[in-house]
Amino acid sequence: MKRKLLDIARRLLILLLVVWTVVSLVTILIELVPGDPATAILGDQATPEALTQFREKHGLDRPAFFFSYTANEEGGPRRFKWNGADNRYVDYWRGILRGDMGNSFRTDRPVRELILSRYGATIQLAVAALLVAVAIAVPLGVVAGTNRGNLLDNALSVIALVGISLPSFVVGPLLIYVFAVWLGWVDPSGRFGWSSIILPAVTLGAALSALLTRMVRSSVIEEMSEDYVRTARAKGLNERTVVYKHVLKNGLIPVVTVLGLQLGVLLAGAIITEKIFNWPGIGLLLVEDGINKRDYRLVQGCVLVISVTYILANTLTDLLYRRLDPRIRVS
Amino acid sequence: MNRLAYFGLVFIVLLVLVALCAPLIATHQVGTTDLLARYKPPSAAHWLGTDATGRDVFSRVVYGARISLQVGLVVVAVSATVGTIIGALAGYYGGWIDRVVSGYVINVFLAFPGLLLAIAIVAFLGQGLNKLIFALCIIGWVGYARVMRGQVLKVREYDFVQAARALGARDWRILLFHVLPNAVQPLIVQASLGMAGAVLSEASLSFLGLGVPPPAPSWGVMLEEARDLSTLARAPHAMLAPGLAIALTVLAFNFLGDGLREYLDPRQRKR
Repeated sequence: MKRKLLDIARRLLILLLVVWTVVSLVTILIELVPGDPATAILGDQATPEALTQFREKHGLDRPAFFFSYTANEEGGPRRFKWNGADNRYVDYWRGILRGDMGNSFRTDRPVRELILSRYGATIQLAVAALLVAVAIAVPLGVVAGTNRGNLLDNALSVIALVGISLPSFVVGPLLIYVFAVWLGWVDPSGRFGWSSIILPAVTLGAALSALLTRMVRSSVIEEMSEDYVRTARAKGLNERTVVYKHVLKNGLIPVVTVLGLQLGVLLAGAIITEKIFNWPGIGLLLVEDGINKRDYRLVQGCVLVISVTYILANTLTDLLYRRLDPRIRVS
Repeated sequence: MNRLAYFGLVFIVLLVLVALCAPLIATHQVGTTDLLARYKPPSAAHWLGTDATGRDVFSRVVYGARISLQVGLVVVAVSATVGTIIGALAGYYGGWIDRVVSGYVINVFLAFPGLLLAIAIVAFLGQGLNKLIFALCIIGWVGYARVMRGQVLKVREYDFVQAARALGARDWRILLFHVLPNAVQPLIVQASLGMAGAVLSEASLSFLGLGVPPPAPSWGVMLEEARDLSTLARAPHAMLAPGLAIALTVLAFNFLGDGLREYLDPRQRKR
């Protein structure tokens, strides 16, 4: 019990460390922007007053960090200057702890509001992709595993490897070409009605389904050699029941972990899929409204939210996994 | 090695030759647009047809191999070197270096989606080939460091290392001449898989408009330019050609990596 608590504490500590690093990273990365964010947003034609006002409003006139290493106003030599806690890094932290990620440089709306309005669409897409992947992978994996070594198994293995190597920005346009342009079955992009999620979900889930097929296969092969399978067969159960009721129940445990870990990967990968299908999620917000329009405050918020979701999904899976399979706790 | 690995190796050799001899192989000038020959299907004049501005797709795919391989090679070389040095030092000396490297840095990097980090870096730094390479190196070195650390931890306990130490060899000499040569094998596998990852990341970022800037014939850029509905309807080959090039290249490096892993670790064979 004590070891278990220690283990959970360790995971949480790593979680906090990672979150701290991510927040620090997005606050410090904004300093790398070549030139000055205010000029980038308002343009070269902006009046000095407008620039000053913009900087003041978004706190860009304040020191970036606890200390700075710059020349003074007269342009003397560079020197270290201690700024104390009155800096942007602390500002950003204070805001986040209050759930405030600042206001968009472009639209002046709160970043939190912008992200919340898109977050649901991304989660929806990721979960749909997960379902697609499982629906494809479990039957294929079982077929491959129970036909181990023969032609069918080898063919499925090669297909799975090809699937893993196919990036979503190849699969996506291909699907659009076949199902929207050629056959005209679905809308090529956007989010209208339930059918518009099919292509994005398949695109995002394709690589995962290939990976899962391999996992289910090796898991089934491993479980098939267990004693309980022989017992079940000896009882006279037909092969179907043995595989789907007994083997799969145990065989899916490692698959569940991968699923949880992959949910995070799907969230990050959704950026590309959302762009292909114009799916109004947080990834599209990051690329189209954030990066393309140089709305750095929005970029900070999106990167932060996507990474924290990813990290939380991974940590939760890890903790859940330990509960699911008691054997893991021993090792 | 298995047959798929040989396929990978042959494809990679061909790809390298294509990249090196690009000016000889390409049938047209890469940048030349021809508005009278837009959306042309594959023909004798344009082997893979033309795109929305009448550029020859085949020539662009050929030159695209240069960008992909260049990014891949530089990223793998830099990440592998940095990762090896850091991983080897952490594994060999242990102590606080190891606690910082494996306890903090590696854990944090592994808990973070790599592509997102690259996107974030490029988003703030701005677009460009060198910035792209920099971003990919930042996310790339951790994998090598982790592999190397594990290897060095194992190798430094071998008898010949103890013997070298007993003979009074200095640390750097032991590390460089005794430990490293016996620890690099898994690194070769990692490098092959790393090439696949780098090629894929370059294409992903370029596709998002965050990599190599558009007129350059990067496969990711070509895909992005060919995926709008009017181009897709009239010239699907402009999308298929770079898509196939990316997929085959990534597949080839993955096949080679998997094959090398089996070859170098006989315990994994026949599974």
